[in-house]
Amino acid sequence: MTTTASAPDPAREILDRCRALVEDRRLGAVRAWKAAHPGRLAIGHMPIYVPRPLFEAMGCLPVGVFGGGDMDIIRGDSYFQSYICHIPRSTLELALAGDLDVLDGMIFPSICDVIRNLGGMWRMLFPDRYSAYLDLPQNFAPGLGGRFYVQELSRIARDLEARGAVPLAPPALLAAIGDENRRRAALAALDAIRREEPWRLRATEAYLASRAGTLVPAAEHAQMLEELGEAVRRRPGRLIDNARVVLVGAFCEQPPLELILTLEKAGCDIVDDDFQLGLRTIEGPIEVAEGEDPLAALARAYLEKGTATACRYIAEGTKGASLVERVRESGADGVVFAAASFCDPALLDQPMLEAALDAAGVPHTSFKFSENAGQFQTIREQAGAFSDAVKLWGAA
Amino acid sequence: MSASATREPAAKDRSQARQKAMIGDHFDRLARARDEGRKVVYTFVPGNLTELVGALGLLPVLPEINALQSGMRGKSAGYIAEAEKAGHSEDVCTYVKCDIGMMKSGNISPTGTKLPPPDLLLLSYTGCFTFMKWFELLRQEYRCPVAMLHVPYQTDGVVTEAMRAYVVAQLRDEVIPKLEAVAGRSLDFHELGRRLALSARAEDDLVRVWESARRRPSPIDAYFGGVYYVGPIFSAFRGTEDAVAYYRELREEVDERVRRGEGPTTPDGPLGQERYRLVVEGPPNWTSFLDFWRMFSREGAVVVSSTYTRVGGLYDDGFRHDPARPLESLAEYCLGCYTNLGLPSRVDLLERHIRDYAADGFFINSVKSCNSFSAGQLLMLRELEKRTGVPGGFIESDLVDPRYFGKANIENRVQSYLQMLDARRAGARP
Repeated sequence: MTTTASAPDPAREILDRCRALVEDRRLGAVRAWKAAHPGRLAIGHMPIYVPRPLFEAMGCLPVGVFGGGDMDIIRGDSYFQSYICHIPRSTLELALAGDLDVLDGMIFPSICDVIRNLGGMWRMLFPDRYSAYLDLPQNFAPGLGGRFYVQELSRIARDLEARGAVPLAPPALLAAIGDENRRRAALAALDAIRREEPWRLRATEAYLASRAGTLVPAAEHAQMLEELGEAVRRRPGRLIDNARVVLVGAFCEQPPLELILTLEKAGCDIVDDDFQLGLRTIEGPIEVAEGEDPLAALARAYLEKGTATACRYIAEGTKGASLVERVRESGADGVVFAAASFCDPALLDQPMLEAALDAAGVPHTSFKFSENAGQFQTIREQAGAFSDAVKLWGAA
Repeated sequence: MSASATREPAAKDRSQARQKAMIGDHFDRLARARDEGRKVVYTFVPGNLTELVGALGLLPVLPEINALQSGMRGKSAGYIAEAEKAGHSEDVCTYVKCDIGMMKSGNISPTGTKLPPPDLLLLSYTGCFTFMKWFELLRQEYRCPVAMLHVPYQTDGVVTEAMRAYVVAQLRDEVIPKLEAVAGRSLDFHELGRRLALSARAEDDLVRVWESARRRPSPIDAYFGGVYYVGPIFSAFRGTEDAVAYYRELREEVDERVRRGEGPTTPDGPLGQERYRLVVEGPPNWTSFLDFWRMFSREGAVVVSSTYTRVGGLYDDGFRHDPARPLESLAEYCLGCYTNLGLPSRVDLLERHIRDYAADGFFINSVKSCNSFSAGQLLMLRELEKRTGVPGGFIESDLVDPRYFGKANIENRVQSYLQMLDARRAGARP
């Protein structure tokens, strides 16, 4: 932390609340929301992206499920071979332990074959609970992928309505999109603070603030982020001469918070990242044109403004060009690739991104992690060496 | 899929010799393609659009087939090492790394001829996320256009009108125009229909071959032998007269074995007594393919059905390519490939096959490279045992990375499993 010991941290209370939300595997906040909204549905979803306004417009609470962190895995391991990533194991462990019972359903978006097949396992293991696979389009033509995606969203809306959700109505969806845009604006403001004054808001804190929002309604999260933005601006800070890095690859299975802290302690200011990318998958606001069906607008936003990530087919241009652009925009000195072990999308993407960075003269380093990793010394040494190299010599 | 890297010569059927000649001719055509002005399309096995490619006079290259052939010929370890040296992770699909390594080593085909670079990458995104990344990687290397076909996943085991319409519209509005641009000519729908009709004839004969395994003894091995049977229809030959002739000959060969009451041909010659009837889930290991096969065949174990032989098309339930509905039937074909089915549908299919083919057991070869197949297989194992009462076996290996084929360990597991089947027959508790 960069605050002095004597002055109270104006952001502490909000950050403590965010941390409590994120660390509560039993989803107490979701239970409280359901108690306060009898009959409403809480719908879990796996990373990366689901169109949260759709759920909120139907009176549902979309709930991000990011695995179990460093919890002990007993039953979950018995369903997966050693070469499968960790997040499906801990997610099943949570479900089998009853920690996800508060959820009325689960959405499995099309991120990779493992999460897709986890959706099938869910159907077999929990046949009485609602679950759906959301087939995000890889064709981005409005009349092709866009049309299909609207049909997908309509299918899920029908499913939810059949289970007691409020019928989808354009005014409610418009309002939910408005809430989502406010949240997006607040996130963008925090991102700007991190880029411009990274000592005001550390990556660990931004991580908690962002991830907490996957457990509460968008309007509540937006309020929280706006207050956090005001609070961190009041923080007395000091300039730290760290290396500025962009971190990529951790968009699904999440690294332990201690790992992010380790990178910071090793001299890296993480000025941009793709942690739990879902809330940032749409770049900029979701715009609804005059007279446009808001559901079509929600689909159009995904087609036209989707972030370039490993799970999205890049039809045109050069792979990695958007990463190079992010490095430039954030004024980063280099890139840290941090992919979960056995994460096909991230690890298959990485050589292409590295090639783009090499061509642009951007230094980079890489390591793998697992959500339950407990040893960070090697990563600290690697990140420290990288940070020193880019600061001292401008290249790793 | 005809070659083998074996220390002992393997016995072969007539149809295998025909297939070997077909594949050799195809690689020769590819080697001459540049000189003859023919254009080349790289594409994948599941969801392949071979009739469309052929109707436009384009030549297909199947990188998966090249990778498995490299595995069988003992070349994949070197290619994988080449790719890993270039920065590809040890965690990811070894087909991809084998292909990348082969390309970096001169792109020499399994038969020794040089493969031409692609004029277009036809990315049929069917049942396997890695396909998308694979062709993104190849696009970066070859700098050629890509035609992407996003095939929705059959979560509920049902092809909805929305799914079919989406695939048809992509074929009509994007895939065909891109193929036409490369071919330099318009698609002749009459020619496409002719080829689809040829496909259906070959598919009829293939299904007849599969169904022969209901007999005792089974005249075929539907996994180890089956991977040869699907060679032409999974690769460059569906929709050709060559494929029709191959499947006719194969069917006659199998019918002849039925008349004689013979079992399948194995690497050691005709199988003696059929002692165990198995259903197998998952792809084979290619680097020790014949060793793997012999672990079963030398114990009298015959595979009567397998799911791997359905990744390039699932014809058992009546699907046929239909010249009267060309684009619709291509769409339904892509949607229906085995790994494009939700896990519950895959379990249902296996359960049917265990019952229909009167299997004594089922076996899962879980390969490290293929999460599309592998994620969920341990639950499939439990569910199938529960539903059928038939015991399952489980081993782990890989497609083309020999580091992940532990021969002694796998052989022990196979033998223990077969002994357990014996014990159950004898009425003893396993």
